[in-house]
Amino acid sequence: MGNEECRKTGEFCLDPRTVYLAPDFVEACVQNNRLFVKGNEAVAMAALEAGCRYYFGYPITPQSDIPEFLSRELPKLDGEFIQAESEVASINMLLGASATGVRAMTSSSSPGISLKQEGISYMAGSELPGVIVNISRSGPGLGGIDASQADYFQSVKGGGHGGYRIVVLAPASVQEMYDLTMLAFDLADLYRMPAMVLADSVIGQMKEAVVPHPRPAVDLPAKEWAVQGKGGGEQRIVKSLYLGDGELEAHNWKLYAKYEQLRGKEVRWEEFLADDADLVVTAFGSVSRIAKTAIMQAREEGLKVGLLRPITLFPFPAQAYARITGRCKKVLDIELNTGQMIEDVRLSVTKDTEVFFYGRPPGAGSLPTPEELLEQIRKHY
Amino acid sequence: MQQVFHRPVSLKDVQTHFCPGCHHGTIHRLVAEAMDHFELQQRTIGVASVGCSVFLYAYFDVDVVEAPHGRASAVATGVKRARPDSFVFTYQGDGDLAAIGTAEIIHAANRGEDITVVFVNNTTYGMTGGQMAPTTLVGQKTSTSPYGRQREKDGAPIRMAELLAQLEGVAYSCRVAVDSPKNLMVAERQIKTAFRYQVEGKGFSFVEVLSSCPTNWGMDPIKANERVGAEMIPYFPLGVFKNVGNL
Ligand SMILES: Cc1ncc(C[n+]2csc(CCOP(=O)(O)OP(=O)(O)O)c2C)c(N)n1
Ligand code: SF4
Ligand SMILES: [Mg+2]
Repeated sequence: MGNEECRKTGEFCLDPRTVYLAPDFVEACVQNNRLFVKGNEAVAMAALEAGCRYYFGYPITPQSDIPEFLSRELPKLDGEFIQAESEVASINMLLGASATGVRAMTSSSSPGISLKQEGISYMAGSELPGVIVNISRSGPGLGGIDASQADYFQSVKGGGHGGYRIVVLAPASVQEMYDLTMLAFDLADLYRMPAMVLADSVIGQMKEAVVPHPRPAVDLPAKEWAVQGKGGGEQRIVKSLYLGDGELEAHNWKLYAKYEQLRGKEVRWEEFLADDADLVVTAFGSVSRIAKTAIMQAREEGLKVGLLRPITLFPFPAQAYARITGRCKKVLDIELNTGQMIEDVRLSVTKDTEVFFYGRPPGAGSLPTPEELLEQIRKHY
Repeated sequence: MQQVFHRPVSLKDVQTHFCPGCHHGTIHRLVAEAMDHFELQQRTIGVASVGCSVFLYAYFDVDVVEAPHGRASAVATGVKRARPDSFVFTYQGDGDLAAIGTAEIIHAANRGEDITVVFVNNTTYGMTGGQMAPTTLVGQKTSTSPYGRQREKDGAPIRMAELLAQLEGVAYSCRVAVDSPKNLMVAERQIKTAFRYQVEGKGFSFVEVLSSCPTNWGMDPIKANERVGAEMIPYFPLGVFKNVGNL
């Protein structure tokens, strides 16, 4: 069945349980309706199920499983895979493909994402959808390949020039790598803007069980702006240049209105044991998994601790913080960096809330243990 | 009475912003004529670059995507791969293609993308006020080479049409000029040949057009036009450097 029809019927177009894996393995998986795959593979499977048939990228650890998977599968689906000459080229290939109205994606890791920023800014300015996956690594500079959340600012504050935002989704499991990749394509199309999946090697390289699902039946607007050759119709132009009096200002307000709409309608977060908590830990992505273990250990000690985990980093779930800190006055923010999301946390909590921070800037051996985080919980409880 | 001269339908009936004596307008017309010749208007997607030709969409009546500076051939790659039935061309200046976009043009050419690249070489960065370009002639004074381009420090101007012809992926590469009726007629023919390559699905085609920039050369239109023949053509010879299908 074609991908567009699947969107309407809610059926699988490419059920990963039968399409990609070795037969004996599939049987074992299908019995409990689950797959056991790497986070990066889940991204690739979800992208294909979401109807993405165009991939442009450049090799970089720890995301290369994505292009490797897609270089194998896309040709079978009459799709296009290009290993570009650079991340600069690949983001611009994505720009070109997206401009024609197809679903397309790129993936990279931090240094490569830096190179893509100009293109992302152009896509935001030209109101082009497109999915960018950042399996981020440590920095600055060449840094290392360790799990890192040091690209929070770059991702959510508009990493390129000109004052724009993109959708940023932060999966904390392999299941969410699948779910949020699919969501990224829908949000990108709905709001006509780039969407990023931001994870790290912990989530990208880890294998976990995934229940795959077909593309949700989201109502998407027709891409009446896409350039496809006039074909007897009106001329279409995809551009970010606005030189007329007042044009660019109006364009910026139009983009801003979309960001406001996202803040109202698309925030997603998870609360875990937060209702009665006296201390709420907040963390996103990989480190939130470690925090969860520490929280359960704290509960065993009788400490009322909960978790607030942003799933959308942009739009940031400010409402959730405001509500929870209406009652609970202590928040412990944990990040794999020296403190980035904490700025948004501080802006979102109620005035009389104390916000503590525990950070481990990324590098070999710097992933915190649950015991280490439990220590921090005890300290601030 | 028979009408023998008319505006190409692919070109809009508007005034351009180009300076008096600038060759961009002439080149636009030749490109539009080739488009009309193959009846491509309805299925063309143009990729505009950043330079004096950034307003491609204001002059050509075809669908257009605007690329970041230097990235037109990567954008065109994405467009063509997604819409293989469309006719895709880029229109890029020498700063755009031969400096900041060198990697993108070489690799699009090397992959043999089925696109057509129109490369306008005016030996300077026109839009930004006449700075030194990778094609600026040795000795040529520009706003950032006030003592003239020095071969020892700045390198020699790059001959893109010859350079790209070396690549296996390139089907057609030529250099033309529009400074005289004779050269113009050759240019018209060779732009059509470049288009024919894509129309017939025969691979990557490249046309370098020597162009004037009277404003930034500090010359009147006539002097600027003369400079093309007197100074540019001796260094940038006109000709076809590759024509794999003998089209
Ligand atoms: C990343 C980036 N760097 C620099 C510029 C500024 N810029 C705009 S046009 C241009 C050069 C244009 O020269 P060319 O490509 O030769 O085109 P021409 O105007 O001569 O036709 C430059 C450097 C830019 N827009 N983007
Ligand atoms: S600055 Fe030069 S290239 Fe640009 S329009 Fe004027 S003459 Fe043409
Ligand atoms: Mg120039």
